Amino acid sequence: MIVSMFGVLFDGLAYGMLLFLLSVGLSVTLGMMNFVNLAHCTFGMIGGYVTVTLMNSMGWPFLATLPAAFLVAAAASVVFERTMFRRLYRSTDLDQCLLTIGLVFVSVASAAWLYGTIQQPVNLPSYLRGSYNVMGVTIGVYRLFLIGMSIVITVALVGALEYTRFGAQVRAAVDNQRMARGLGINVDGAFAVTFALGSGLAGLGGALAIDIVGLDPSFALAYLVYVLIVVSVGGLGSIAGSLVAAIVLGISDMAGKYYFPEIGSFLIYLVMLSLLMWRPVGLFGKR
Amino acid sequence: MASVAPAISGPHQYLQAQTRWSRVEIAFWLATLLPFVVAPNYLVLASQVAITALFALSLDLILGYAGIVSLGHAAFFGFGAYTAGIISKYGWGEPLSGLLISGIAAGLLGYLMSFVIARFRHLALIMITLGFGFLLLEAANSASWLTGGADGLQGVRMWPLLGIFKFDLWGVTSYWYSLIVLFLLFLVSRRLIHSPFGLSLRGIRENIVRMRAIGAESRAHLQKVYTISAAMAGIAGAVLTQTTETVSLGVLDFQRSADLLVMLILGGAGRLYGGIVGAILYMVARDQFSGINPQYWYFPIGVLLIAVVLFLPNGILGGLAKITASERLQKWMRTLPPWLRGAS
Repeated sequence: MIVSMFGVLFDGLAYGMLLFLLSVGLSVTLGMMNFVNLAHCTFGMIGGYVTVTLMNSMGWPFLATLPAAFLVAAAASVVFERTMFRRLYRSTDLDQCLLTIGLVFVSVASAAWLYGTIQQPVNLPSYLRGSYNVMGVTIGVYRLFLIGMSIVITVALVGALEYTRFGAQVRAAVDNQRMARGLGINVDGAFAVTFALGSGLAGLGGALAIDIVGLDPSFALAYLVYVLIVVSVGGLGSIAGSLVAAIVLGISDMAGKYYFPEIGSFLIYLVMLSLLMWRPVGLFGKR
Repeated sequence: MASVAPAISGPHQYLQAQTRWSRVEIAFWLATLLPFVVAPNYLVLASQVAITALFALSLDLILGYAGIVSLGHAAFFGFGAYTAGIISKYGWGEPLSGLLISGIAAGLLGYLMSFVIARFRHLALIMITLGFGFLLLEAANSASWLTGGADGLQGVRMWPLLGIFKFDLWGVTSYWYSLIVLFLLFLVSRRLIHSPFGLSLRGIRENIVRMRAIGAESRAHLQKVYTISAAMAGIAGAVLTQTTETVSLGVLDFQRSADLLVMLILGGAGRLYGGIVGAILYMVARDQFSGINPQYWYFPIGVLLIAVVLFLPNGILGGLAKITASERLQKWMRTLPPWLRGAS
């Protein structure tokens, strides 16, 4: 019982880290522009398919595909942002929701057309496969790699946001967009960069997720709910909030599915609703 | 239209002028009887369209008129559908009372939910409606002793309508039944929208702060309309159960809520006929293209959604209204004989 509990905790942590990578970009961009981007997971899906294509058709090694997944997802997001999203920053939530849901539908259908509806295979290199056995607890090497990588990225993100000039501009824009503009900060420029960065991270998350949760065209819709839960529970624009929310969600989802398979997913939504009613701005949100 | 409208002197005259039935409207409702004559093989589809149109109308009341964005309206549709199915399974198959019970049950659920809904706006509201939809879906999935879970609810048997009309395979009774229910609830919605209550709903949609500032009730109004809309969605779900004699988890699916939103937006939110027109177009198109993989079906739908948001913000009916209100068309219309102009 105790041993399996540690196993669930570890797997949940790895899963939570994955959710964090997928959602942190959305949290920051939502906090900045209040743009409800339901197509965020589409960028994750793009990253996943980039990795699969590069590995299976061109024979790239897995690790080399990760930066490519990041770059392609970021580039795609810049195109969407310039051509469509920017026109709706001042529109209603409903219009933003609709546009981005439309984008999700198009991306799901395109992925089904290009790759078929089957789960995509990914062959991890041998040094990422297998597992250690520490006092009866099975520790997967890939999950360890995932956790390590997420920690590095989180530290880099927090560092960039807290200690650089650009990070200060982003924080100012999240806190009060109009005031930041008034002080001469180029909010649109900062937003475009943040948006690309966040989508790139989602792409990376999507690439890393293939081995854990699989990849098929429904990815863009299936993980949307989880990402939105992380963002709204964590609080907009808060990296720490997203991290805590993602880990809690990851662990409770794993534990729920492991210990209460009957009502596991029911509990997740119940907890989310109660949290939102208690704190509509999220655990760490300010507004 | 401005050229034929009489001088409006007060709010009561304004509301009265709105309630007059135009010829287009009468023609539309007469045309809903056409499937009996023209396409008797498509009556099953026609009743599905009528049910979906009723569901879309219920969403229009809260989204189009009161501005409550809901991504989980299928919760009430599914709740009504399961209620109707379960009471029939346990021995009470009388359709009309079953419909009433399901509507009341969904309305009660909506009333409870409305306390939450009226408190939130923006992202929190979207998340709460989305989460509520998933919550109910998972609850129905877990409670398989009651709902049949993923296999669907088996053993729904409906008694003949009014003791006379059996629900037949061709859908004759089904279409009459769903069409009449749709029409009656449409009359209710029409009355509601053209009442002072409906006017204040539009005020809340446009600017809730100003409505409070002029002393108008906002929270109670939102709760009222949400409850009514939930009951209507529940009735739509119940009609679906009663005409198909089966309930599956699909009635609670997120996809159903999303499809509904698509229909309403395509047709035009905030217009009484927006949801109905959207439902007709969407359901007929989907039936025509039912041969293709459902995964591909969402490609044109997605493109349409993007196009509507970017270029046609008020939906198809909104676009049509803009065309009919244009100066050149007005000028051309004046050259027509009076009986052709209509009096909308």
